[in-house]
Amino acid sequence: MANVEDRPASLAYLTIREARQLLDSGDISSVELTRAALERIAGEDSAIKAFTSVSQEVALAAARGFDGRRAKGEAAKSPLDGVPMSLKDVLITEGVRTTCGSRHLENFIPPFSGTVPAKLAAAGAVLLGKTNCDEFAMGSSTENSAWGASHNPWDLERVPGGSSGGSAAAVAAGMGSYSLGTDTGGSVRQPASLCGVTGLKPTYGRVSRFGLVAFASSLDQIGTLTHTAYDAAIVMEAIAGEDELDSTSQPLAVPPYAALLAELEKRGGSLDGVKVGIPAEFWGKGLQREVSDAVRAAIDELRHLGAELHEVTLPHTEFSLATYYIIAPAEASSNLARYDGMKYGYRDPEPGNSIESMLATRDYGFGPEVKRRIMLGTYALSAGYYDAYYKKAQQVRTLIARDYEQVFEKVDVIVGPTTPTVAFQLGEKMGDPLAMYLNDVYTVPANLAGIPGISVPCGLAGGLPVGMQILGKHFDEATVLGVAHAYQLATGWHRRRRGIGDQLLIPDPQVENAAQGLNAHV
Amino acid sequence: MTPEEVRHVAMLARLGLTENEVEDLRGQLLDVLDYIALLEKVDTSSIPPTAQVVAHLNVTRADEARPSMPVEMLLSNAPAREGDFFRVPAVLEDFREGKGEAVAGEEESIG
Repeated sequence: MANVEDRPASLAYLTIREARQLLDSGDISSVELTRAALERIAGEDSAIKAFTSVSQEVALAAARGFDGRRAKGEAAKSPLDGVPMSLKDVLITEGVRTTCGSRHLENFIPPFSGTVPAKLAAAGAVLLGKTNCDEFAMGSSTENSAWGASHNPWDLERVPGGSSGGSAAAVAAGMGSYSLGTDTGGSVRQPASLCGVTGLKPTYGRVSRFGLVAFASSLDQIGTLTHTAYDAAIVMEAIAGEDELDSTSQPLAVPPYAALLAELEKRGGSLDGVKVGIPAEFWGKGLQREVSDAVRAAIDELRHLGAELHEVTLPHTEFSLATYYIIAPAEASSNLARYDGMKYGYRDPEPGNSIESMLATRDYGFGPEVKRRIMLGTYALSAGYYDAYYKKAQQVRTLIARDYEQVFEKVDVIVGPTTPTVAFQLGEKMGDPLAMYLNDVYTVPANLAGIPGISVPCGLAGGLPVGMQILGKHFDEATVLGVAHAYQLATGWHRRRRGIGDQLLIPDPQVENAAQGLNAHV
Repeated sequence: MTPEEVRHVAMLARLGLTENEVEDLRGQLLDVLDYIALLEKVDTSSIPPTAQVVAHLNVTRADEARPSMPVEMLLSNAPAREGDFFRVPAVLEDFREGKGEAVAGEEESIG
């Protein structure tokens, strides 16, 4: 395997910000950039398995679209125009197979795109393909995909995390400048942490869920996987906003996140006046020592940048996982009732009546983890158990949300480790569902409370990435991104990567020089 | 949790579990339920449940008819179709629960 080194100005690892400059100046064409990404996927993805579908023709058509418009002297349609990317396979894309990592949808071709995929296509995004994930977004390792696990580019024998493991691995392996994942209990932040990339979960209601195949409707959010917080800001501006097709999306204006970060740069990236809360409950049992050390060092860096550190308490933290593992499966059991083989998806071929057909279809269609959660959820909602389980969990959820409200009266952000350990081995936790669930201990509270959170790379432990999580107030992505960006301006962990065949795919000294000349690049 | 309860929940969820799956799931569910029992420690006597974490707005639109999706689009992923209908297995045929028998009938067209 290649050595760990600072990310060179190779085409594969261009940030959106860098790619935008090179595309607009004409130093590189979108077709060249896209072909480089497709060749990288063709060369490396058999080892990483980040992708479930590669949409070569769709990608090249979008790339040619950008190049054609540029040749006519037109300005870029958006900051994302002509930049290659990928989408997690739970986001529906018209004409492009969408499987959700499930046998139910092995051959499902959506007849329309979700709101966010459509927004990105209209913005000129170049869709390289759909990325692998745990089935219906249920899992923390991507091992629950019906198509097999994805591998962590930092160590191919380890998991990339989940459920957006394919998305995180794709970005970490330089296959596209960004990806969209989804986060219900940590499924963007945790794989970002394990793969050494930046992963943002917006506030619940910030981004439309129309076309995001539903897992848990009160918890799900689309999130971004990028190399930097600045890039996350660019993507957020393109995808956030009210949608009449998602009645939980909020009618709030989308701040100019990228411009706000540019202003922060002009102020020297200082965090003067920012109050950072450090909860005692985030440093408990099960937290790997080297992870704890790396995150504490990162918090110290925040202090050097001018932040005020405050000890805070979130007393109901210890109940978050149990609360999540009632609410999420309960909502999932309802959302997944639609996979009955009647109108789309797999249908058992044996003759029989509708109940027999559904029993057989769903037994084949769902993998073991999804079955577990459907069973748990159905049980928690069934007569006689609803009050003891589901209603109880909803009440504890209120207490958890109140913990965060109270702390946010005193601080602007809350910081801690994203995950208790670095990436574990493939197969290591598959025999013990509860051990697997413990990976989410620091991430689920944000989904329960509906608050935004980002994971940024902040170190290496035994050569594997460590992530620091920054949580913020409802609809205050600007502050979360600001703290993350200030940290990345001052440090270089987000520029590290473990390359796999990381030569420039289109050797071109001119491009190398142009990319190296880009200043202040995070 | 008895195997009977597991089979009952499986039927509610329309999951056709094998006997092995029933036994495996029983053990795994018990483990998770044991962990979840932690919540009994929390005093929630006067706490309202949260269903929605962000401002709950009743979102409505004007009651105006709009074009719906074209039939071809709706049927594009149909496992079986007949004309403009989804062809589905018989809904109204007898199903003798638990006896492993069913009256398998001809498939009916239900639009």
